[in-house]
Amino acid sequence: MNAEIIMTLYVFILAIFVGFELISKVPPTLHTPLMSGSNAISGVTILGALVVAGHESTWGDLSSWLGLAAVFFAGLNVFGGYVVTDRMLQMFKKKENKPEKN
Amino acid sequence: MQELKQIIPLGTTDLFYLVAVILFILGIKNLSKPKTARRGNFLSAVGMLIGVVVTLLDRQIVEYDIILIGLACSATLGILMAKTVPMTSMPQMVALLNGFGGISSFIIAVSEYVFKGADLINTGWIDFTTLILSTLIGMVTFSGSLIAALKLQEWISGKPVLYPLQKTLNALMGLSVVVLAVLIYLSLSDASFDLAAKENADLYYYILSGLAFILGITLVIPIGGADMPVVVSLLNSYSGIAVAMTGFVLKNNALVVVGSLVGASGIILTNIMCKAMNRSLLNVLFGGFGAGPAGVDAREITGTVKSISPDEAAMILDVAEKVIIVPGYGMAVSQAQHVVKKLTDYLTKKGTSVKFAVHPVAGRMPGHMNVLLAEAGVEYDLLYDMEINDEFPTTDVTIVIGANDVVNPAAKDNPASPIYGMPVLNAELSRTVLVLKRSMNPGFAGIENELFYKDNTMMVFGDAKKTIEGFITALQELDS
Repeated sequence: MNAEIIMTLYVFILAIFVGFELISKVPPTLHTPLMSGSNAISGVTILGALVVAGHESTWGDLSSWLGLAAVFFAGLNVFGGYVVTDRMLQMFKKKENKPEKN
Repeated sequence: MQELKQIIPLGTTDLFYLVAVILFILGIKNLSKPKTARRGNFLSAVGMLIGVVVTLLDRQIVEYDIILIGLACSATLGILMAKTVPMTSMPQMVALLNGFGGISSFIIAVSEYVFKGADLINTGWIDFTTLILSTLIGMVTFSGSLIAALKLQEWISGKPVLYPLQKTLNALMGLSVVVLAVLIYLSLSDASFDLAAKENADLYYYILSGLAFILGITLVIPIGGADMPVVVSLLNSYSGIAVAMTGFVLKNNALVVVGSLVGASGIILTNIMCKAMNRSLLNVLFGGFGAGPAGVDAREITGTVKSISPDEAAMILDVAEKVIIVPGYGMAVSQAQHVVKKLTDYLTKKGTSVKFAVHPVAGRMPGHMNVLLAEAGVEYDLLYDMEINDEFPTTDVTIVIGANDVVNPAAKDNPASPIYGMPVLNAELSRTVLVLKRSMNPGFAGIENELFYKDNTMMVFGDAKKTIEGFITALQELDS
């Protein structure tokens, strides 16, 4: 057990608490956008995918294919996720422009 | 090895990642209010952009061709999908994207395994364990989400698929995964001086990956359509955990934080969905709910079903002062949200009060109905949760649109009912209940709904969209 791993464990546990705090406040109306939004954020694996794809490799060997696939799928998650979430949230926002009733 | 160790150098990259993480957290925080939600999504997208750019500029990324091709393809396809998917198909879209996240975690784990080989276990058992976990959870998320998406799209049956020894087989597979992980570890320990051992380890690793793929399928396939909100939330949380594990493998704190956030979010949603059905997570996952006839004989239902035409229903609506609409999956199926909005506007203009009662598990994913109604332009402050239950007794007409189990009074007073104990909307307490339904077929769970037999319930059979259009036409005629 080196110090680095222990620090990462700290980060892991604390982030879980932050997550619970943040998300327990989201109203049911926004559950779907929350899901697709958090989904998009989980596309952050793209950072790892970029590193895999950025290794020196020749076309056609295993690592180049793995890299391409990793970037492609993580990218789908990121691009698709953010755009679709924005599309949904736009619909919720639209009605904000109307004058308030009260 | 040294090169891989530097995946996270102690330089500035981590600081930029910290900025990205702050933006992600602020993004989720802003997602909690309709007013700020869009900004929240934007903030987190900016965080992602920063992360990607910094990663591209820094460290040992030497090969850009593959990255550019991957990004170009995924951006084109991803944005195209996101722009064209109809709102009614949102559950399968979210499930699918979830699966893509899972598979990318899996692929990263595989390539780490391939690159590091026997070095994996030199840095301690946590590195090894997290690599196995990100392989396993990433793959289970992928195949599970794929099955969920196929079920939601109805390309495969939405009904629970049950076969003999299901739980035993799943348990055996789970056990095999653990055994394989131990075998991989042991083989890798010998691999530095024994080539055959390395080959064995590789073989075990690929078998483990294959088992994970099958496990994802067998875990989701027994779960029925109406339980999908739980499954989709759970898979969402899996994908987060997979990301966090990948973060451990790559020593990337940004991934660890984000993975934990998403994991926590998924778990909270799963919990809300389970509570809304009064069932435990274990029961949803292993219950095979809704398969075949209910085990216990339902009690005798008294009363008869009365069916009326849209014109007659419109006459009842015409004199109503207070209306509550209960939308369900049937509204999504017949794409009736826009005509529902039209009806709402018409009634509101007449001075009728119209509210919506949205059960947390209505539809196929958390918040499904809310998104559809928002698409149609219904004000979200007209949408109520279970809190509206006190208002049914003072309501003239409740319109149930393609909802079934969430308005079944048996859940309140019939201990023999499979859904007994599930919090339901008290639709039957309103003066008149109009139930819009395609036919008398019971819902997915095969449970008879006692609401349909109540004296104050009128069934209006037919496609919900056409029925509501009929309401509007008839109302206009009555008013002219």
